[in-house]
Amino acid sequence: MNVELSEDQIMIRDAVRDFARSAVQPRAAEIDRSGEFPADLVKQAASLDLLGIVIPEQYGGTGLDHVSFALFIEEIAAVSGALAVILDVHTSVGSEPILDWGTDEQKARWLPRMASGELLGAFALTEPDSGSDAASLQTAAERRGSEYVLNGTKTFITNMGEAGLYIVMARTGGPGARGISAFVVENGTEGLRFGSPMHKMGLNGSPTGEVIFEDVVVPAKHMLGPEGSGFKVAMKALDSGRIGISAQAVGLGRGALDLAVAYAQERVQFGRPIAQFEGLQFMIADMATAVDAARLMTWQAAAACDRGEDFTHLAAMAKLFSTDTAMWVTIDAVQIFGGYGYIKEFPVERFMRDAKATQIYEGTNQIQRIVIARELLRGD
Amino acid sequence: MNVVVCVKQVPDTTARKEFLPDNRINRAAVENVINPFDEYAIEEALRLKESQGGSVTILTMGPPSAEDSIRKALAMGADSGVLVTDPALEGSDAWSTALVLSRALARLDYDLVMTGMESTDARTGLVPAALAEQLKLASLTYASRVEIADGKVRVNRQIPGGYQEVEAVYPAVVSVVKGVNEPRYPSLKGIMAAKRKEIQKLGFSDLDLPADSAGKTGEKAKAVEVTPRPEKPAGEVIRPDSPEAAAGAIADFLQAHKFI
Ligand SMILES: Cc1cc2nc3c(=O)[nH]c(=O)nc-3n(C[C@H](O)[C@H](O)[C@H](O)COP(=O)(O)OP(=O)(O)OC[C@H]3O[C@@H](n4cnc5c(N)ncnc54)[C@H](O)[C@@H]3O)c2cc1C
Repeated sequence: MNVELSEDQIMIRDAVRDFARSAVQPRAAEIDRSGEFPADLVKQAASLDLLGIVIPEQYGGTGLDHVSFALFIEEIAAVSGALAVILDVHTSVGSEPILDWGTDEQKARWLPRMASGELLGAFALTEPDSGSDAASLQTAAERRGSEYVLNGTKTFITNMGEAGLYIVMARTGGPGARGISAFVVENGTEGLRFGSPMHKMGLNGSPTGEVIFEDVVVPAKHMLGPEGSGFKVAMKALDSGRIGISAQAVGLGRGALDLAVAYAQERVQFGRPIAQFEGLQFMIADMATAVDAARLMTWQAAAACDRGEDFTHLAAMAKLFSTDTAMWVTIDAVQIFGGYGYIKEFPVERFMRDAKATQIYEGTNQIQRIVIARELLRGD
Repeated sequence: MNVVVCVKQVPDTTARKEFLPDNRINRAAVENVINPFDEYAIEEALRLKESQGGSVTILTMGPPSAEDSIRKALAMGADSGVLVTDPALEGSDAWSTALVLSRALARLDYDLVMTGMESTDARTGLVPAALAEQLKLASLTYASRVEIADGKVRVNRQIPGGYQEVEAVYPAVVSVVKGVNEPRYPSLKGIMAAKRKEIQKLGFSDLDLPADSAGKTGEKAKAVEVTPRPEKPAGEVIRPDSPEAAAGAIADFLQAHKFI
C-alpha cells in the first residue's frame, strides 16, 4: 500500500498550483462578482495542456491518469470553484464519453480540438422534469435515414453557450433507460439554442442554463456507442465525473481552511490572536482532518479507476463525503472570520456558496447513497 | 542563437526568512523557487530561441536541491541544464559566484548569457556585471527590451526616468528587468519532456580554480549583521467632511512631499 504521489504527479500539482495562485486567484473575486465567463483563463489553462489532461497523446493530449486530473481540479478549486467546474466538466463528463465510447473516426474528429481547448465540452443530461430520475428524460431523437432529429430542452447545463460540443442524452426508443442514446452535438448546428445563464447562488462565471433543441439534425455517425446505450454512457461518464467533483470539493474545503488558518493567526481579540483559543483550534483541527480524509477518498477512487477496477461505489463515496465536508468546512471557515466572513470583500463566503452546488450536481448526495447501497447490496 | 541563462534558486519571496548564525539565509527552512527575475530571463531566452533558432541552457550554482529549479526551467522549454554544486562552494559571495559561473560557461557554447537583474534573496545585482568582467564581455544590464540584429544585441537599458539604447556585439551578458515579458507557465507536455532532458553536474574540481577562490574562504564581501526591516509606521488617516476638503487634503499632502 502506498499513498505517495509520483514525481510526475508532484510536478503537475506544483505547476497547476503556481498557475492557480498567480493567474487565477487574483481574478477569482471579480469573476464571482461579474459572473463573466473567464475565457482568457480557460485559454491559458489550455496553453498549459490542462484541457487534454486525460486525452491520449495520439489525440493531442497528455494521457495522464485520474489522480493527476484530481490534483489539477483541486488546485484550481482551491482558488476558484467556478473555473474548476468549467474545466472539470470539459475534461471529464464533456470529453471522457468520446474517449470511452468513440470510434476512431469520432475520436479523431473531436479529441484533438478538445485537447487544444478549441472545443470546450459540455454534458447535457438534466431536463426540467428529469433530474435525479435521469432515465425519465424526454428529449426526443427521431431517426430519419442517416440522421437523427432532436427536439427537447435540457437545463442546468454547465458551459452552456461557451461549449463547442455537447454530449446529449436523448430518447431514441421506448420509455426507461434502454430507450436512451447518446449523441455529440456541435455548437453552431441549426436549431440549437441556449437560454440565458441562470442566476446562481455561487459558481458565478460558470454559465449554467438551458440548451434547447428545435429540429436539430445530427448525423447518425455522431451517436456515441450503440443505440439504446445512452444511459450507460451517461452513468459511466458520471462515475469518473464524480472524481472531479470530489476533487473540486476538496479544493474548496482546503482553500477556505487555508484562509481561516491565516486569519485566525492575524485577528487579535482579548489581547491575543484568536488562533490561541482552543475553541477555534479544535474547529481547525476537525476541518483539516476531514479535508485530508476527503482527499484520500478522492485519490482512492481515482487510483481504482486508473487500475481499471470497478470504482462506481468508491467515486460515489468520495463525492458524498468530500462535498458534505466542503459544505461544513466552508461554513466553519466563515464562522472563524466572524462578521468579516459574512461580507463579500472577504473571499471566504464565496467558497461557502460555491460548495453548496457540489452536494447537488452529478447526482445529489441522496442519489450517491442510493448508488453506494445498490453496489453493496448487489450481492455478487 | 545559443543562450545560457544563469538561474538562481532562492527562498520563496513571500516566505518569512530565517538566518543561520553566520548571517546566511537558512534555505532548508523554506520553500525554494526560481528567482522571479530569472524567470524573465528564461522567457526572453526562449523567445530568442523561437525567433532565431538555437538552444537555451540553464546554468545554476547551488545545493543539489537546486536541480528542481533547473527542471522547472526545462519544463518551460529550455533544452539542457548545468548544475554546479559542491560543498566547497557554500557561502560564495557575488564575486566568487560570478567567478564560478564564468568557469562553467567556459565549458559551454553560447552567443549570449542572460540573467535576471538581481536575486530576490540578497538583492545585490552584482553578479551580471561581475560575470561580464570575468568573461571579458560587454555587460548590458537592466534590459527592458532585447533585440538581435546584424550580429549585435540591442537593449533598452532601464534608468531612472527613462531608458538608454545600448548595443554590443555578442557574445555578451544581458540582465533583464521585471516586466520585460510575461514568463510562460510550464505546460504538462513541457513537464513530461523535461524528464528526458539532460542536467550535467559539475563540482568544484571541474572548474580549475584555486582552492581559496570560492565558498566561505573566497569571500570578498562579508555579511556582518542581519537586521529585520523596521515595521512600517501606521499611516496618517484624514477624515475630511466634504469632497472639497478631501481634495484639498490630498493636494496639501502631495505638495508637502514635493510630488506637485
Ligand atoms: C450549478 C449546477 C450545474 C449543473 N450542471 C449540469 C450539467 O452540466 N449537466 C447536467 O445534465 N446537469 C447539470 N446540473 C443538474 C444537476 O445534476 C441536477 O440538479 C441534479 O441531478 C438534481 O436534479 P434536480 O435538480 O432535478 O433535483 P430533483 O431530482 O428534483 O431532486 C430534489 C430533491 O429530491 C431528492 N431526491 C430525488 N430523488 C430521490 C430519491 N429517489 N431518494 C431520495 N431523495 C431523492 C434530491 O436528492 C433532492 O434533494 C447542474 C446543477 C447545478 C446546480
